[in-house]
Formats: sequence, C-alpha cells, structure tokens
Amino acid sequence: MAYSNKVLDHYNHPRNVGSLDKSDEHVGTGMVGAPECGDVMKLQIKVNPETGIIDDAKFKTFGCGSAIASSSLATEWLKGKTVDEALAIKNTDIVNELALPPVKIHCSVLAEDAIKAAINDYKVKQGAEPLVQAH
Amino acid sequence: MKPIYFDNHATTQLDPRVLQAMLPYFTEHFGNAASRNHAYGWEAEEAVEKARRQIASLIGANAKEIVFTSGATESNNLAIKGIAEMYAEKGNHIITAATEHKAVLDTCKHLEKKGCRVTYLPVMGDGRIDLDMLRAAITDQTILISIMYANNEIGVVQPIAEIGKIAKERGVLFHTDAVQAVGKIPVNVIADNVDLMSITAHKMYGPKGVGALYVRRKSPRVQLTAQMDGGGHERGMRAGTLNVPGIVGLGEACAVAQAEMPEESQRLRAMRDRLRARFESALDEVFINGSMEHRLPHNLNMSFAYVEGESLLMGIDDIAVSSGSACTSATLEPSYVLKALGLGDDMAHTSIRFGLGRFNTEAEIDYVADKLIAVVTKLRELSPLYEMVKEGIDLSKVQWTAH
Repeated sequence: MAYSNKVLDHYNHPRNVGSLDKSDEHVGTGMVGAPECGDVMKLQIKVNPETGIIDDAKFKTFGCGSAIASSSLATEWLKGKTVDEALAIKNTDIVNELALPPVKIHCSVLAEDAIKAAINDYKVKQGAEPLVQAH
Repeated sequence: MKPIYFDNHATTQLDPRVLQAMLPYFTEHFGNAASRNHAYGWEAEEAVEKARRQIASLIGANAKEIVFTSGATESNNLAIKGIAEMYAEKGNHIITAATEHKAVLDTCKHLEKKGCRVTYLPVMGDGRIDLDMLRAAITDQTILISIMYANNEIGVVQPIAEIGKIAKERGVLFHTDAVQAVGKIPVNVIADNVDLMSITAHKMYGPKGVGALYVRRKSPRVQLTAQMDGGGHERGMRAGTLNVPGIVGLGEACAVAQAEMPEESQRLRAMRDRLRARFESALDEVFINGSMEHRLPHNLNMSFAYVEGESLLMGIDDIAVSSGSACTSATLEPSYVLKALGLGDDMAHTSIRFGLGRFNTEAEIDYVADKLIAVVTKLRELSPLYEMVKEGIDLSKVQWTAH
C-alpha cells in the first residue's frame, strides 16, 4: 500500500511521543483499542489550570503507520486548544489531513475516541460531568 | 535500490540457468509436444520428457507419474476434486488440516457444497497435526487425506512419512501439497507413501504458471477425473497444449535443486539461525512461531511482541518480507495459520515471516538483522503495550475497549 507523504512524515518523525504523569490532576489520559484488534492508542493531555488551555499532549500507539500518524497528528492539534475546542476535532479532519484511504478510516476514529477519552478523564478528575461517549 | 528479497515463500527469482534452458523453446523449438508427425513436435516432446524425468528424479517417482499443470493451485484442485469425483462410489469423506493453503481449503469447501464431508484437523502448538487425531478421523467413507508437506507461513514440516503409512494401512489415498518442500528438503514419494503430490516451479527458482501433479501409477494405481475437457493430454488427466518452455524450466529448476540441495540447505540453515540469534540477543519478548525442529531450513517466523506488523514493515521498506498482521492481509483478518497454532490475535499482529533463498547473502542477513532490531526498538518506544509490560502490568487483565 502506498502511504501519503504526511503519514510517512508522522511515522518517521512522530511528534510528542511519551507519557505524562497520569496521577497529576491536570492530566487526562485516554487509552482506546485492544491488542487483539491490532491497535491501542494512549493519548494524554495536560491542561493549564490558569488558562484552561492544553499545554502539552503526548501519545504512544501500538498499531499500523496510519494509526501512529493519526495519534501523532492529534497531539499536534491538541496543543494550544481549550478543552472545548479540542472536543471539536473530528475523525474526518484527520482523514483529510493525512489523506487516509477508506481501509484506514478506523485509525482516525480511534484517534478521535482517544481525544474524547483523555478529555473525559480530565473532566472527571476536575469533578465535572463525564462526556457521553458516542462510541 | 531494490529491496532485499526475503519473501521466498511467496515466490522466487528465476535462476538464470533455468532461463537459459527455457529460451530456445520460446523461439526455434516452438513445436507442440502433441504433434506426432514432424520434427517440431518431436523436439518439444523430447524436451517435455526430459523435464518429466528431472522432476521424477527429484521426488523419487517414475517419469510417467508426472502430470503437468499450470501451477500448484491447479494441481491441488485436480488432485482433490479429481479424487472426490473418481472415488465417489467408495466414499465422500476427506481429511485435511486447518493450516493448509487456501488452494486446498477452498477446494475442500467447494466439495462440501457438493455433498462431501471434510474434516479439518487442528494442529498442535508446534504447527504439526496430531497423528492420533488423524487415525481417529478416518472412517470407512474416507477416500482422501490431504496434508501439506511444509507450511508456507511457518515452514513447519508435517510428519509426512507417518501420515503416508497410516493412509496406506487404512486404504486411504494421500495427497500432499509439497510446493514449499520440493527442491528444498529431501522428498521421496516411495519412502513417504505419497499417492499424489502438488509441485510448482516458481517456488524453486523456476517460472510462474507451470506446475505438476505426481499421480502414483503402482500400488495403488491412482485414478482421477480430469477437471478440464479437451485433447486428452497427460494420460487423460489434464487437457491442454503443454507449456513447453515452462515445463523445460520446471525440469531444469528440479535438476539444479537436486544437485545443490545438500550444500544449499546447510547454507540457508546457517543464515536463518544467524538471523534468529541476532534477534534473540538484541531484543526481549520475541517469539518463534511453530516448531524449530521440524522446519524448512530457510524459514523463520517470529513475533516481535508489542510492535504491530504493518508498522514494522513500513519501517523496513527496503526489505521484502511479509506479516501475519491483519492490516497487511486483503481480508483484514490476522493469519489463520498463526491462530491455528493457538496464538492470540495480538501475537499474530506482530509476526513477520522471513523466507530466505538461493540469492541471499550473509551480508544481507546482517543488514536485515540490524535494521529490524533498530525499527523494533524505535516502535517499542512508541508502544503503550511495551511500556505497560515494562511497568509490570499484565495485559491480559486490562479492560480494553474493543472497537
């Protein structure tokens, strides 16, 4: 299969690889997928308590190149956004940006789920109502 | 630069010696081997008969027992469907195994729709069938056992001589799809009591589009129903003008393989073992899939845990190998062969098949080892699973969100 240049770029130079302290009250952690499905994404955000803006985002992904690229891109987009702005990121935005073929759309869905799961974790830690998950 | 080719179970490069033998049969010796009354036909027939002897010599058969086909898929279809039709009055039960090639499995599924009963034997953890289960599966309706010689994914060699003995004792015909074994390890249809054997040229440095089916002529004399109607070629078993250049190529490929096998199999085994040792010394959590003891000398199939196969292939785009990962298959399902070994889907997703061949060098082994080790190490830094395992988390106890 031919990969788009953007997928190759994220695969070869993944952005924001790593882990944040998941016990930190300002850190939200989302882990989605399953090893037997062939992809697991862990995505974390750190929200600045003063500004409400996502200061830092990190990911680790077990999965194909498109899954790695989708989560790498998601961390890039998350940084600098408020939590509400981050919730507006849609999987179709990722599909378009990375030019994912139809068989790889589930990678983008997983990345959107990971964003929502991380935000949800953060909100619960802050004592807010959990999100209603679409999936 | 073209990628280093380590996918010799898929196909092999045509040996230049084989090509040289074939060339005249495209041009000056273009005759139809069935033309009985002129020199063009005689030349072609002579070349075909020489190839028949070369093939027979490699597998311990008589030249008259070789039926030419378009390849192993056709040979498997002809053997299994041809036997099922010919012996329909005797019975309708066929025994095969879960790890067979699709050319056997799908042929059996086709026959099930036509009223045959098929037993798909499971395999043990090492990839071999359980002989007691085979014995127990045979009934008075069983007409055929079809078990592959060596597997195309994990290279595991089945206990062919034992299966042949059981089949003979029970009066059941025995077919083996031997495409991965012939020319690579010693194969003998007499010693192994094989009644039908599928062979293809392109897995042993011959051309694509030509193969053969060995059909035993004595004790027992095996008959089968042709699957194509036409000019009655190949003792009435396979109609169609013979592919003379292809057949010459298959014959030459067998002759070269026979002459070089003792040395070549040792060379490949040493290289394969070196590749394995490099991985095992540099990486933790790597696992061999299938028996190491009963295995083709040029096959290695390993799971690099916590690194998904397609992402691994992406990092080694200058090396041609294949993976059991779902993402690399047309069906998006992980390898059914690895699953049959009892491997979880998670391990199938992380598997890589290395198939070494005649044109690979020791320098390539070191290059591939270095590259794989670097990419696996990099992808494990990216892997949340590897991180969790290192933190002491038992992945089987984690509540995953399946999707």
